[in-house]
Amino acid sequence: MALDALLQRCRAWKHRHLLGTKDLSPNDISLVLDVADELGALKDAAPLKGKRLFNFFVEPSTRTKTSFSLAARRLGADVVDFSPASSSLTKGESLKDTARTIESMGVAFTAIRHSASGAPAFLSRLVESSVVNAGDGTNEHPTQALLDLFTMRQRLGKITGLRVALVGDITHSRVARSNLWALQKLKNRVTLVGPSTLVPKDLDAPVSHDFDRALRENDVVMMLRLQLERMQAGLFPSTSEYVRFFGLTRERLATLRNGTIIMHPGPMNRGLEISGEAADSNRSVILNQVANGVAVRAAVLLLLSQVNG
Amino acid sequence: MILIKNAKPFDVLLDGGKIKKTGKITEKADQVIDAKGLVVVPGLIDMHVHFREPGREDKETIASGSAAAVAGGFTSVAVMANSGRVCDDAVGVVYVNVKSKEAGGANVFAVGAVTKGLKGEELAELGKMSDAGAVAFSDDGMAITNAELMRRALEYSKMFGKPILAHCEDTSLTKGFVMNEGKVSAKLGLRGYPNAAEAAMAARDCYLAALTGGHVHICHLSAKETVDVVRQAKKQGIHVTAEAAPHHLMLTDESLAAYESKYKMNPPLRTREDVDAVL
Repeated sequence: MALDALLQRCRAWKHRHLLGTKDLSPNDISLVLDVADELGALKDAAPLKGKRLFNFFVEPSTRTKTSFSLAARRLGADVVDFSPASSSLTKGESLKDTARTIESMGVAFTAIRHSASGAPAFLSRLVESSVVNAGDGTNEHPTQALLDLFTMRQRLGKITGLRVALVGDITHSRVARSNLWALQKLKNRVTLVGPSTLVPKDLDAPVSHDFDRALRENDVVMMLRLQLERMQAGLFPSTSEYVRFFGLTRERLATLRNGTIIMHPGPMNRGLEISGEAADSNRSVILNQVANGVAVRAAVLLLLSQVNG
Repeated sequence: MILIKNAKPFDVLLDGGKIKKTGKITEKADQVIDAKGLVVVPGLIDMHVHFREPGREDKETIASGSAAAVAGGFTSVAVMANSGRVCDDAVGVVYVNVKSKEAGGANVFAVGAVTKGLKGEELAELGKMSDAGAVAFSDDGMAITNAELMRRALEYSKMFGKPILAHCEDTSLTKGFVMNEGKVSAKLGLRGYPNAAEAAMAARDCYLAALTGGHVHICHLSAKETVDVVRQAKKQGIHVTAEAAPHHLMLTDESLAAYESKYKMNPPLRTREDVDAVL
């Protein structure tokens, strides 16, 4: 598809910011995935030439930050990187002033990663650029969910009518929330699986504590990262007990339904929520997820640029 | 003479700053204020304000706070002890009284701290503060987590006939909270403060009031369970009173859906069910 035709399609997009999948319609989601698909055919086009992406990562990140940089460069945009430790945030400059300071030098997109839920929503009310939520606290990580959907569509041929288990620490997972909202909008059956101390009962989704059953009954098993701070906070007694009930071990890998795929947003704790055998098996699409991140984020930037041009 | 006309429920005639007459008034006055659509009320009392002076005059002073009170129709306020220099001795109480007279706005009454420095460790000099004019005692803002200390505070303050105003929050259940715990917090990924943390502490304080015969006043209750606790305690003849703040009578945690931090407070905005129970 030629660039003009693709840009024509992008006009259906109406959002100035991407704060969460909560705000997206099923059509919006399909549009992102379609544009991501079609970008593959556009090798030399640079539709975002002269625009800048501000990679405002106040929390550490390996894959998301790199992925946003590559996505922006792929469309011809420049990238302004940010490193909190060497910034004036350490001198007490506020989030608002930092964002506006960089923005005044000319920025079209601000991709923000922050430990506080709601930081991107807050910023979106103050800045001129398009804000992309690159992960905020325990709220959302919308581009992760979009690349997960892209990967499911690629591997399973559809993103509706699937049975998906989100497994692990749902309470503290922004990836779980973004996936839950998006998957539910697209009429998939999502089950939250994990210990009762780490799965909120208030999320309007069925909860299960039987991981073995979930492995037999789902098309997608998405493992979430377990943070060891949760053990110190008394939410589960030991890593070994956690693995006993909710770890995707080699033994459990063998019980997986035919065709079921294993996902993980990373970073993984090998040997904890997921065994090395499961992570590296032919059921695992974990590296596909990472690879697809670039195309999906490029699609998001392109769509936003059509609204906030 | 100043005449306030057309107010509900009646007109008011003022002479030299004092009310001369109320009712339907036809007399002439030097100045007439048309109060159509407005309501005449007696001077209101806010028994729970924070003025921050002495010590944090950059935030609020006794003069600016009492002027604000008057502007809102409040002629008397009771100021909490957690100013920059904590009001935990007679000097603090006298300071509030002197500054309040100087300011000439609302009557400002001092609430003394229950514990020295609001640290929740040792009783402050409740007797001396009472003599100096403190109207009640409270560590408001900080919960008194030590039950033995709360028991002694209720027992001791009873001697002076003054209540302990209790900020009921089991802080082991509320670490890092920014809003009510429930459907909205789960959706927003924000740390919640469950109703149980307020109600459990209120229940403890009611039983301690029963044990000691002291007077406990539950500050700014927000949870429907706390309403039940107070209702049950009253039925049992326990000396308990309670207050609610206007926002807990009107707003719910749905207000936080777009991460508007102006709706963040302690105790947090609760659900519609709680609002209905508190009303």
